[in-house]
Amino acid sequence: MSIDEQTFDPSQARNGKAPAPGRVRIRTEPLPGVIGAPAATESADAHFHVAPDAVFEAENVGIFYGPKQALIDVSMKIRRGQVTALIGPSGCGKTTFLRSLNRMNDSVPGFRIEGHINYHGHDIYGSNVDTVEVRRRIGMVFQKPNPFPKSIFDNIAWAPRNLGMRQGLAERVEKALRGAALWEEVKDRLKDSALGLSGGQQQRLCIARAIAIEPDVLLLDEPASALDPIATGAIEDLIHSLKGRFTIVIVTHNMQQAARVADRTAFFSLETRGEKPIGTLIEFDETEKIFGAPRDPRTRDYVTGRFG
Amino acid sequence: MRLLPGSRREPEPFDPTQPLVATGNLRRRNGVSVFIQGLAVAAAFAAVAVLVIVIIAVVSHGVKAISWDFITKGEPEGIGPTLVGSGIIVGIATLIAMPIGVLIALFLSEYSGRRSKRPVQLMMDVMNGLPSIIIAVFVYILLVAHKGQAGWKASVALAIIEVPLIARGTQEVLNLVPSAQREAADALGVARWRSVLTIILPAATGGIVTATLLSVARAAGETAPVLLITALGHGDTFHFNPLEPLPSVPVKIFQLSEEANPEGFTEAWGLSLILIAIILVLGLGSRALLNRSKRKLTR
Amino acid sequence: MSATPPAGTASLKLARSNRQSPARKRADRFGDVALRVICAAAAVLAAVVLILIAKEVFEGAQPSFAKFGFSFVTHQEWAPPLEQFGGRGLIFGTLITSAMALLIGAPVAISIGIFLALMAPAAVRNVISPLVEMLAAIPSVILGFWGLIILGPVLVNTVEPFLHNTFGFIPIFGSPQTTGASIFNAGLILTIMVIPIIASVTRDLFAAVPRDLQDGAAALGSTRWEVIRGVVLPTTLSGIMGACLLGLGRALGEAIAVSQVIGGGTESHLSLFKNGGTMASIIALQFNSPVNALHTASLYYLAALLLIIGVAANLLASWITLRFRAAAGGAP
Repeated sequence: MSIDEQTFDPSQARNGKAPAPGRVRIRTEPLPGVIGAPAATESADAHFHVAPDAVFEAENVGIFYGPKQALIDVSMKIRRGQVTALIGPSGCGKTTFLRSLNRMNDSVPGFRIEGHINYHGHDIYGSNVDTVEVRRRIGMVFQKPNPFPKSIFDNIAWAPRNLGMRQGLAERVEKALRGAALWEEVKDRLKDSALGLSGGQQQRLCIARAIAIEPDVLLLDEPASALDPIATGAIEDLIHSLKGRFTIVIVTHNMQQAARVADRTAFFSLETRGEKPIGTLIEFDETEKIFGAPRDPRTRDYVTGRFG
Repeated sequence: MRLLPGSRREPEPFDPTQPLVATGNLRRRNGVSVFIQGLAVAAAFAAVAVLVIVIIAVVSHGVKAISWDFITKGEPEGIGPTLVGSGIIVGIATLIAMPIGVLIALFLSEYSGRRSKRPVQLMMDVMNGLPSIIIAVFVYILLVAHKGQAGWKASVALAIIEVPLIARGTQEVLNLVPSAQREAADALGVARWRSVLTIILPAATGGIVTATLLSVARAAGETAPVLLITALGHGDTFHFNPLEPLPSVPVKIFQLSEEANPEGFTEAWGLSLILIAIILVLGLGSRALLNRSKRKLTR
Repeated sequence: MSATPPAGTASLKLARSNRQSPARKRADRFGDVALRVICAAAAVLAAVVLILIAKEVFEGAQPSFAKFGFSFVTHQEWAPPLEQFGGRGLIFGTLITSAMALLIGAPVAISIGIFLALMAPAAVRNVISPLVEMLAAIPSVILGFWGLIILGPVLVNTVEPFLHNTFGFIPIFGSPQTTGASIFNAGLILTIMVIPIIASVTRDLFAAVPRDLQDGAAALGSTRWEVIRGVVLPTTLSGIMGACLLGLGRALGEAIAVSQVIGGGTESHLSLFKNGGTMASIIALQFNSPVNALHTASLYYLAALLLIIGVAANLLASWITLRFRAAAGGAP
């Protein structure tokens, strides 16, 4: 039985676009979190009654750097096609958790994880897992723009070339730059060095670079925090337009940004367990609920600006 | 099961729900990466292996020659005078080179403006990279031609080799002295020369000693300058007068290796062993000192 | 320089007069000037020495240059008793041995740099790094001696016959000599000398490549090697070249070890397994026993050529490193 993945994509259903070729899945076992599988002809309302698949499922995740525990008891489901925001004060483990989702913490000395993080049902930290494959499917954009010292074109084309996508490279680069809302600004100077771009442009370049290989998930680590407000606005519009094509998890210090952009929001904070305060997940819900009617008093204090 | 069997060039359709094992061309790329990393490990291993092989050769052959007589007596039983001669030559060279090297480093770190720093720095780099045979030829022309060989003249040549080494090492330590100390001294109205001599230099002493030890280790093993300038030194009796030609350890090793006499080879191995041992001790000692002084300065 | 207080501050004046007498102020100013002069004098002394070196070597070469001119570089025959001196064979030998040292040594050393900076865990790095640097600390005379006595026979008995039998159709792999002394041996010894230099410099270069650049490449699903090839190596390319030039300078100028293992010939042949000579090694071997004045002058001529090449390599290395640091620092 074959299911068209794009059925679960709210924005595509709304626009009536045809599903992109190649995104076909043959299911041999039922996936967790799916309550029934509407056919492609169902109305756009389908997404209100059916929760999209869980892309990530974290179960009692704890993270240690050597003896020090940075994160404890995090359990959450991140769903396909949505934007999930991780908010909270500094130092409470949001970035640590984000980076654990694509194993970027592996190179940090003393890093250790307890519990499980399942990606489409597979434990990311399992024994047979190829880290490079993980990162190919789960891309990341970092806080500070980090373009390669190459031309704009080569920045974007570098990873696709590695992956063997040599045909249609120019089209792929253009599509990625358009997707990152950067094409009009740089289309005449693709051979120029990427280091000559402004901060906001560089960050959009990094986003274009990440989406050029068409990952499944995009992790954004405070992508606009190093940018001025205008560039920040551009990034937020960008995230809106990427919503649905990719599953996005974004860490942000900016609550308004989370409110504008995210479907669901997770609030992390420090909680004193035993002697020391350790970061943990306090509340995770639809964004409207987190900002409008939070259940936990700590969440309420944070989102109303009473602290942090 | 994949729907489309992708060609080798284009990647197969991407299904993110498959297990997280290498898909597409990743198997091949992983193989390449592992292979090249293996080459890098092999290269490091090879370098260490060569070091071990050479050291083992020196130790195993040289140990046969070592004895109390060997170290204390003169030719032909021992190399005592040669050790002494080397010691005197290198000692005088270091006495000459250390003040000059430290002064140049002081110049670079305290007294040079942007215009003078670059050329002086470049000059030190050039001096550091001069082939020692050229230095030997130069000192020969200047001091030995028509005037005769002498131990101190070889010291001059070795000093030219030591100065850039001492200067560079001292400069590194001087740069580590926090500028806050300099500013504090200035703010107190202390004269520059006083603060340099009583605050900055003493703080850098560990690094200066380290640099000196390392340059001594280097000079002890230099053959070319000494070969051309005091090769007439005899190792049969003890000579202490630097105004005459003096015997030297590396020169003796060289001479023995050029003769075809196998008995001489044993002596050469013994000399090599002693020379390497001295260099090793100097190297380890200076490294320990360097770490200690760096820790003190950056605390 | 002692600070002078603003004029007219009576209490300050009083305080200063308690601390510094005019005599002490004079002493301070004198001391400052004196120290500055002494330090500058040391730098000037070094400059004078360098200039003198060039002058003396070129002057010493004058008689030979006067007789042979630039044909010295193109003529092969080096026959001291006949007063015939041509440096071509020696220049050739220098180029061949240095080229071999770089061709083999640079890739190996860069690989070691990659291993130490990007692959090895700290514990391994702290052991292997000093060991590699120790290779550089071995005096050249000991390495040459080892090359002659130990490496030579191994080469003659196993490596050279193997290479000759397998690749003998290539002229560089001619038939081996009976002694172990050969250009090949010298090239290998130079390789051993060059590797630690290039390895330590490249190791520091690679370790300085920003982490976030490498993370960015890794986050795109690239293998370790792809990150190195795509980000680390391109960013450090000029630095690597500078390191190789430094190694080249070392190889060009090495006189003693080469003279011990190269056999003392003066001709240029294509076969690596024959005797040969380099500019530096011939000077070391023949300087102490010149046959006539023209012989000495010709040796000086070789020294002059060596000086030019050596300093050029060094300056090029410094210039590249400077430009590289400027480029790396100038990136926004």
